[in-house]
Amino acid sequence: MSQINPAQNQPPLQNQENVVAAKKAKSIRRLDLATSRQLMWYKFKRHKLAMIGTGIIFLFLLMSIFPEFISSTKPQLRDPSYSSGPPTGIHIFDEDWQPHWPFIYGHKMQRHPVTLRKMVVLDTENRVPIEFFVRGEAYEFLGFIPANLHMFGTTDTQIHIFGTDKLGRDIFTRTIYATRISISIGIIGVLAAFFIGLAIGGLAGLKGGWVDNVIMRLIEFIRSIPSLPLWLGLAASLPREWSATTVYVVVTLILAALGWTTLARRVRSKLLTLQNEDFIQAARLAGCSNYRLVTKHMLPSFMSYLIVDLTVAFPYILLAETSLSFLGLGMREPMVSWGVLLFSAQNVTALAHTPWLLIPGGFILVIVIAFNFFGDGMRDAADPYSK
Amino acid sequence: MPILQKILVRLGSSALMLIAVSIVAFIIVSLPPGDFADSYAASKISSGETVTLAEIEAIRRQFGLDKPLYLQYFKWIGGMVQGDFGFSWGYSRPVTEVIGERLPMTILIATGTLLFTYITAIPLGIYSALRQYSVADYTFTILGYIGLATPNFLLALLLMFGATTWFGVSVGGLFSLEYQDAAWSMGRFWDLLTHIWVPIIVLGTAGTAFQLRIMRATLLEELNKMYVTAARATGLSEFKMILKYPVRLALNPIVSTLGWELTTVISGAPIIGLVLSLPDTGPMFINALKSQDMFLAGAMMLIYCILVMIGSFISDILLMIVDPRVRMGAST
Repeated sequence: MSQINPAQNQPPLQNQENVVAAKKAKSIRRLDLATSRQLMWYKFKRHKLAMIGTGIIFLFLLMSIFPEFISSTKPQLRDPSYSSGPPTGIHIFDEDWQPHWPFIYGHKMQRHPVTLRKMVVLDTENRVPIEFFVRGEAYEFLGFIPANLHMFGTTDTQIHIFGTDKLGRDIFTRTIYATRISISIGIIGVLAAFFIGLAIGGLAGLKGGWVDNVIMRLIEFIRSIPSLPLWLGLAASLPREWSATTVYVVVTLILAALGWTTLARRVRSKLLTLQNEDFIQAARLAGCSNYRLVTKHMLPSFMSYLIVDLTVAFPYILLAETSLSFLGLGMREPMVSWGVLLFSAQNVTALAHTPWLLIPGGFILVIVIAFNFFGDGMRDAADPYSK
Repeated sequence: MPILQKILVRLGSSALMLIAVSIVAFIIVSLPPGDFADSYAASKISSGETVTLAEIEAIRRQFGLDKPLYLQYFKWIGGMVQGDFGFSWGYSRPVTEVIGERLPMTILIATGTLLFTYITAIPLGIYSALRQYSVADYTFTILGYIGLATPNFLLALLLMFGATTWFGVSVGGLFSLEYQDAAWSMGRFWDLLTHIWVPIIVLGTAGTAFQLRIMRATLLEELNKMYVTAARATGLSEFKMILKYPVRLALNPIVSTLGWELTTVISGAPIIGLVLSLPDTGPMFINALKSQDMFLAGAMMLIYCILVMIGSFISDILLMIVDPRVRMGAST
C-alpha cells in the first residue's frame, strides 16, 4: 500500500468522497420520504437484541405450527422400555474414539443390583444412527393432511434427546407440543385482552363523565387485587369434570379478563389527549362521524403504543398460565403446556432422580427473554420521529 | 391541613375498596358447584359409612348453606367484623387459628423480600448509572433480563435442585427438623435465618431486577440535567452531590412502586410457599382453594388484599415524605 504514489491515489479518493456524499444525500432522502412504518422498521432493525428476540420468537412460532414434524413421536405415546430415562446423548465417537455419523446407544432395562430400582442401562454394543426425515408415527399435517414424516428419528430404538418421564413419554416431543398450547394461550389471551381493553378504554375515553369514573375505579380495583390469588381462585372454581378443551378456553379467557387494564388505561388517556389535537379538530370540523374519527384518525395515531403494550403483556399471560398449570389448576392432560410438564417436577425426589424434567422450564425462560428484547425494540420503534 | 385530609381520603377509599374486595372474594369462593355438605357426604360414603339426606340437610342448616347467597355473605362479613372468620372444614378448626399461626411467617417473608429488593436494587442501580456501559453495568443488565424472565417457581425449583445435588442440603421449609415445633429461642431464630433467605431471594429477584432498571434509567436521565452541573459547580464532592440531588429525585419512582412491588410479592408468595413447603399461608391457601374450604380460602384472599392495601398506603405516605410536591397537594 505504501508503494502507491500519492498522486495516483488522488482521483479515486475524491471519487470516494463523492460516493460518500451521494450516499449520505440518498439516505437523508430515504429518511425524509420513508413512511412512518418504514421508519419504525429502520429503528427496530438497529436494535440488535430485538432482532435476536424476533428470530427466537419466529422459531417458537414454527415449533407451535409444526410440532408433529419436529418431534419424533407423540406426546401421549409411552416407551415402556425407557421410563424415567435420562436424555439420550448424541455421540459422534464410539468407545474407541472412532468417528461415526451421529448416533445414540441402544438401551435396556435392568434392576439396580442393590436397591432393585428399575433403571435404564446403555448398551454400548448397539449403535443406532440418527436419521433425518424419517417415516414414523402417522399424524395430520396442519390438522388435515395425513403424513408421517418426522424431522429426525431412529429406526430400531426410540430417541429421547430430553429423556422421558415416569410413564416413558418423550419429554422432547411433549415440550414441542406444549409450545403450541402455551404460545397459543399467550396469543389468544393477549388478543382477547386487546379487544376488551380497546372497547372499555374507548368507552371511558369517549363517553367521559360518570362512565369514565366508574370504569377507572373498576380498573384501579382490579389492579389493586393481588393477581395470582385471584387467578387461582377463579381457576379453582372450574368444575373438575370439564373437558380439557373447555378448560383451555376458559383459562385463556380468565387470563385475558384480568389483563386488559393496562391497555384500557392507555387507550383512554390517548383518546383524551387527542381530543384537543389540531388534526382531530380539523377532522371534526370537516364533518367526520364519531366512528370515522376514532377508527381513521385517532386509533392509527397510537396503534404502535398499543402494540408495544401487547408485546409486554404476552410474557405475563404466558407466565400466569404456566403458574396455574404448575399448581394443577390450569391446563390438564391430555392438553400439555409447559406448566403441565413442570407439574411433575414439583418435589425434591423427582428433581434429584429425574432432573431433565426441568428442561421445559428453559423454553419458558428463552421465550420470555426473547419477548422482553422484542418489546424493548418495539418501544424504541413505536415513536419513529424521536431522534 | 392538606396532608391529614389526603390521608383521610385515602383511608376512606381503602375502606370502600375493602368492601368491594370482600364481595369479590366471597363470590369467587362460592363459585364452585356443590358445597361443603356435598363433599362431606361424598367423603363419608367413600369411607364406607352411610349418610342420610336428612343429615346432609342438617349440616347445610348448621352452616347456613341453605340460605340465599347474599344472606350467607352478610353472615360471613358480620362474623368477620367481630373477629370470627368462620370455620375451616379442611382443618376442623376456626379459620382465625389456622391463619393466625401462619400469617406472621408470610408477613416476615414479604417484608424480608421488600428489604432485600431495595437494599440491593438501589445501590446497584446507582452504580450502574454512574458507570454506564461498564462491565458491571452490562452484567447487571443481563442478570436483570434473566431475573425478570424466570418464573419464581422455576427459580425455586432450580435452587432446590442445585442445593440437593451439589451441596447435599435441602432448602425447603423454614426450620430444621429439631426446631420444627420448638419454642422460640436464639437457636431457633438463627435456624430461621439460615432458611429464610431462600424464599426471599426467590421472591425478590424479579423485583430487584425491575427496580434496578428503573433506578438506573431515572438516574441517568437526572444526571444530564442542569441542576447537577450547577451542584457540581458549587464544589460539592461528587459522592455527596450525587446522593443529595439526583439520587433523591430518582428515588421517587422507586418509592411510588413500593405498593405495586408488594402486590407482586404477595401474589408470588403462595406458589413459592408450596414449592419450598414453607409453613406460611401459601400452601394452606392453595389447598383450601382446591378442597373448597371456602371460609378459609375467602378469608385468606381478603387478607392478601388487605396486606396489599396496607402496603400501598405506606407507599403513598412515604412518597409524601420523599416528595414535597406530593405533600403540598400538587398533582404529579
